[in-house]
Amino acid sequence: MTEVLVGTKKGLFTLNGATGKPYEIAARAFAGDSVEFAIRDPRSGRYLAAVTSGFYGPKVFVTDDPTSEWEQAQGLELPDGTEQTLKRIWTIQPGEVDGLLYAGGDPGVLFESRDGGLTWELNRALWEQPTRPDWNPGAGGMCLHSIATWPDDPSKLALGISAVGVWLSDDAGESWRNGNKGLVARYMPEESREDTITLCVHNLHRHLRRPERLFMQFHGGVYRSDDAGESWIDIGTDSGLPSDFGFPMVIDPSDPESAYVIPLVADLDRVTPEGRVRVYETRDAGGSWTARGDGLPAENAYLTILRQAFGRSGSGETMELYFGATSGDVFGSGDAGATWFTASSHLPPVHSVRVA
Amino acid sequence: MAVVRLRAPLSELAGGRSEFELEGASVGEVLLALEREHPDVKGWILDEHGRIREHVNVFVNRECSSEDTALAPTDRLQVIPAISGG
Repeated sequence: MTEVLVGTKKGLFTLNGATGKPYEIAARAFAGDSVEFAIRDPRSGRYLAAVTSGFYGPKVFVTDDPTSEWEQAQGLELPDGTEQTLKRIWTIQPGEVDGLLYAGGDPGVLFESRDGGLTWELNRALWEQPTRPDWNPGAGGMCLHSIATWPDDPSKLALGISAVGVWLSDDAGESWRNGNKGLVARYMPEESREDTITLCVHNLHRHLRRPERLFMQFHGGVYRSDDAGESWIDIGTDSGLPSDFGFPMVIDPSDPESAYVIPLVADLDRVTPEGRVRVYETRDAGGSWTARGDGLPAENAYLTILRQAFGRSGSGETMELYFGATSGDVFGSGDAGATWFTASSHLPPVHSVRVA
Repeated sequence: MAVVRLRAPLSELAGGRSEFELEGASVGEVLLALEREHPDVKGWILDEHGRIREHVNVFVNRECSSEDTALAPTDRLQVIPAISGG
C-alpha cells in the first residue's frame, strides 16, 4: 500500500492504493484552499502541508494523521521594516539534524524549524542579501522552491530560487553565495546574460549517494553540476529531449547518473509536446534521455505538470513515481517509469505530489 | 467597546464564538485586541505588519474600513472575505 499526498488548488488529497490500479481518496483536507506542497517527514512520521488561503494568507499545518485534525505552525512571517508580506510557502524539506526542517517561500525566503515544524524562524542571512532589492520574480512569484541538503552534513545547503538562481552555503545558512556559473538565461539579451542575477531555476535536486552532483531544470535548459553547484553543464541540448523547458524533476537515489524530467513545449506554450504525455529518463548523467510513456496519454493530451507535482518513493527498478497535472489527473509507475497507470482523475489542478 | 462579528473559519479559531466586545480606538487596535484574546486568529485577518489582508473586508457598521479607521464605542465590526478568489 502506498500513500500519496496530492496538493491541489482546492485542498489536500491523501490517496491510498497499490500500483497498477486507481487509488482511493482516503482524505481531503483544507477544502477550498490552495495546497502548494505536502510531505510526511520520514523521521518523525509527521505530515506538513503548505496552505494558502485566498483570503487569510499562507500557513503551514502539521498533523500525525492526515485524516484527522491539523495544527497551525507558528512563526512564518516576514520581519518589520519591509512592505512585503509572505505570499506562499513553496516547499518543505527535512534537514540533516533531528527535528530540523526547512521551508522555502515567496518572496525568496527561507525558514528553519528545529522542533519538527511547529515553530519557524526566518533565515536572516538570505533575507538580508545586499542584492535583494534587485531580485526579480518569475511568473509564479519569487519562489524559493528547492532546498538540497547534503547527507549527514548540515553545514552544506543549496537553494533554487525563481528567478534569483542558485544559492550555496557551507555554514548551515549563516552566509550565502551564488552558484550560477554556466547557466544561460536565453530569455535575456545576449549582452546581459553574463552578469545577470535574474536566473530562473525551476527545480534543483542533489544526489544522495554522490552529493557533489546536482541536477537542475532551468527556464529553458537542463543542467548538471559535478562540483556541488559551483558550476553547471548543459545536458538538455541535442541529447534526446523534445524540449529543455519544464518544471518538475526526480532522481533515483540509488543511481547518481539518473534523473527524470517532464518536458513542456516551451515557455510560451506550457503543455506536453505533440499532445503526448511522456516522462524522460537519463541513466548516463544527461548524456542521453529516453522517453517513458507506456500507459500515459499518447494523443490529444496537452497537460501542464507544475514544479512540485512529481514525486517518488524507493529506488532502483522498483522505484515508484507519481506525477499530477493541472488537468487533475495523477499518474503512477511501480517500475521506475517503464510502465504507467492512472492513479486518480478529476481532482482539482494538481500543485504537488509526494509519496508519504 | 466595539462589537466584532466573525464568520467561520475565523469564529472557529476564536474559540467557537462569533461575537466579541473589544477595546480599541481604531479597527487595527480592535483586531489586535482580538488576536491577544485569541492567539489562533493571529495572521489571519491582519498580516505580519498589522495591515488588513488584501482579500479580507472589515466593515464598520455599513462601510468598508481600513485598519486606521477610528471607532466609536457603539460601532459594530464585521469581518467578511472579499468577493474574490478562483
